[in-house]
Parts: sequence; structure tokens; C-alpha cells
Amino acid sequence: MSSAEWQILGLTLRTAALATLLIVPPGLAIAWLLARRQWPGKSLIETLVALPLVMPPVATGLLLLELLGRRGPLGGWLHRTFGFDVVFTWRAVVAAMMVMSFPLLVRAARVAFEEVDPRLEQIARTLGASNTRVFLSITLPLASRGVAGGMLLAFARAIGEFGATILVAGNIPGRTTTLSLAIYNLVQLGHDEAAFRLLGVSVLIAFAAVWITEAVLRRRA
Amino acid sequence: MRALLAMLLLALPLRAAEVRVFAAASLTEALTEIARGYEKNNEDRIVFNFGASSILARQIEQGAPGDLFLSADEAKMDALARQKLIDPQTRVRALSNTLVIVVPRIDGKRITDVRQLAEPRIESLALAEPSSVPAGIYARQYLQKLGIWARVAPKVIPTDNVRGALAAVASGNVDAAIVYRTDARVSKDVRVAVEISRAEGPAISYPFALLAEAEQPVAARRFLAHLRSSASRAIFIRHGFDVLR
Repeated sequence: MSSAEWQILGLTLRTAALATLLIVPPGLAIAWLLARRQWPGKSLIETLVALPLVMPPVATGLLLLELLGRRGPLGGWLHRTFGFDVVFTWRAVVAAMMVMSFPLLVRAARVAFEEVDPRLEQIARTLGASNTRVFLSITLPLASRGVAGGMLLAFARAIGEFGATILVAGNIPGRTTTLSLAIYNLVQLGHDEAAFRLLGVSVLIAFAAVWITEAVLRRRA
Repeated sequence: MRALLAMLLLALPLRAAEVRVFAAASLTEALTEIARGYEKNNEDRIVFNFGASSILARQIEQGAPGDLFLSADEAKMDALARQKLIDPQTRVRALSNTLVIVVPRIDGKRITDVRQLAEPRIESLALAEPSSVPAGIYARQYLQKLGIWARVAPKVIPTDNVRGALAAVASGNVDAAIVYRTDARVSKDVRVAVEISRAEGPAISYPFALLAEAEQPVAARRFLAHLRSSASRAIFIRHGFDVLR
């Protein structure tokens, strides 16, 4: 592989890992709220969270572009306050990955939380544990496999992100060109050999992600 | 059911041919207007595939079904000619164009000279992909001639085709773009900051040709001839193109 190809792989893995880590705290919070609590607007949030999974990724990308652009509400504020741009930078790559991966993490974590026997949590509470302590020492450890599986799924989805990324981050070699975008470029330019090398890399990553997920999920307590 | 099929068959005019035209993105409005007029007086239907000429040429190489190729540079046509994918006798240099620098109409940075693109205050420049797409290649060659490419290259935001570069400026997300003069007219959200004169800028030419594997060669030739008619010429000129003889 050429140094440009290693750079693409490195960028893709770094941005996907960062995106996955960033969605874990809000993702677990929402998953827990969906699994354990009844609250007004719950079904609305449930639907909103699932939207990126079913919407065309390009449409999601367009929404992000409007939101994060220099003239968008969030992007404009960041530009004025901190002086940095989001769109057409690596930050936009991460943002696109986060939004597209979020539903996968929430779904997996929610199922995992629901499978934890609520009586165990109640027992801990009768013994004087606070809600935070119950979550950290009972719920999360018991749901850890499902949560880890969800994180791997989210990571894999982030690596494959294309539609939203190309709109909001562009396709800038060395800066925002991820694995999927690079394969697209190489095919368009007729560099099929390099495209096939990156295809091989994608297959390896996908294989590893699925294999590790299966291994983690199978290791039943 | 049978009645429905019969109706569908009757709805198709017997001799109408569908001419599939692969055309550079910069030709979108002019060609659409020409085709609309043509279809009114003709049974043939014109179907367009607009995009970067580099991508279109690649699609043709891969066997995409098409009848005409209207490229934004000679190199893409040459490449197809070498592979015997066009009918060389039909090839014409049809149009020319010039380059301009556009900035966002609202709050756009002040640019009065091409060399200012190298200044640090210009943080981003959108170009059609500068190694493959004609508009990007023309822009790169011009900046190379001026000796400022090395300083501009790190801030280039490459786009799929020239219209992507235009859109990036129109949205206000990049500071400037180099596009064709004809593109700048399409968007109300951009302002032409610098015009690069024909004498100073690169020689831009749009070659047209019939594809060797055209399925509708007769109808395609008819439309190709129409593109060279005085009616079409007037439309091209109104959209800002120079029509070559």
C-alpha cells in the first residue's frame, strides 16, 4: 500500500474511533431512558433516534450541511465564537459518522439494558445504592456485552459512511477522504488496482468487526 | 390488462428515437433549453447524463449506453478516440469558455487579483477535482502558469464537477472558487470577483462527437447538427459560451 493509502486508512480508523467514543455517553443515556423509564415524548425521541437508519444518508448529510455550514445555526455559531469551520474538515467527517452510527449503538444498548433483570437493580437500591451506583455497578456490567457489540456495529457503520460524509465533509484527499470516498475516487479515475487494494482493506476491517462482535456476544456469562 | 398494454404501445410514437447525450455539467442549462425546443419540433427525445467530463468518459469506457459525448476538454475526447469509442469524423470543436473567480455574494472576501488566492486570508478555494475534471485542470494549469499553485493547492477543496465548486461558494462554506464564466451566471448567490481574460487564461474548448457504439446514430447526428445550427448558437451565446466555427 502507498503512503497515501495508509493515510486514508489511518484517517478512517481515527475518525471512526473518535465518533464511536463521542456517541457512547449520550447513546447509553438515551438507551437507558428508553429501556427503563416512561416519559412524555418517549416515542417521539425513539423515532428521531432511529431516523438516520432509515433516511437516505445523503438527506441526512444535507441536514447536517445546513446545520453545520458557516451560515448554519450551529456551524455559524462555532465559526463566530471559536473561529473554526466544521464543514469540509475532519470534524465534519466525525459529525457525519456520529449521526449515522448513533441509532445502531442506541438500539443495541437498549436491548442489552432491557435484558438486565430489574429485580437485581431493585435489590441494589434496597441495599442503599444510588441510581448512579446501580447503573455503574449492576446495569452496565450486566449489559456490557450488548453495549460492546453496539459499539462495534457503530464503529463499522462509521467506517463505511459515504453519503452524508461526501456532502458535509467533501472529498478532500489527505483531509476528508475516507476509505469509502477513496474507493469511489479511484474507480472514477480508473485506478482500479488501487481501488481493489482498498476494497481488500475494507473487507478485512468488516470481517474483523463482525468476528469480534460475534466473539464478544457469544461469550455468555 | 391487454387494453392497458395497447394504450401504452400507442402512446409511444413509432419512429421516435431516444438520443442519450453525455454532456459536461457546465452545459446543463444551455443544453436543456436547446433540447426543450428541439423536442417540440421533433419526435426524438433527448436524454441527458450531465457530469464531469472525466466521469462521463469513464462511464463510456465502461460501456455505458450513450449516443453523443459533449466534453469540456479535448483530453477526454482524445482518450476515447484512442480507444476507438467515438466516430472521429463527427468530432467538432464546438464551444469555448473562460474562467472566473467567484466569491459568496453575501459577506464574500474581497479578491481583485488572481494572485491574492495565495494569500493566507483566503482559507479555502473550491475547484472541480484538479487532476481529472476539465474545469479543475484548466484552473490548476492557470495557477501553475502564475507560479502560485504550490501555495494554493493546500487550500483546495475538490468537487465532483464544476457545479460542486459553484455550490460550495453559493452556500458560503468556502471563500472562493474558480469556475467557468457561464457557471457564475447560474447562481444568484455568487459574485464574480475576477474575470480571467481569454488571452491570459487557458485555452478552453468543448469538443462534441458521436459515440462509436451509438444505438441511435441517425437521430444522434440529427441532434448534433442541430447543436451547430444558428438557433442553438444563439442559445449558447445567451448562456455566455463562445461558439467556435
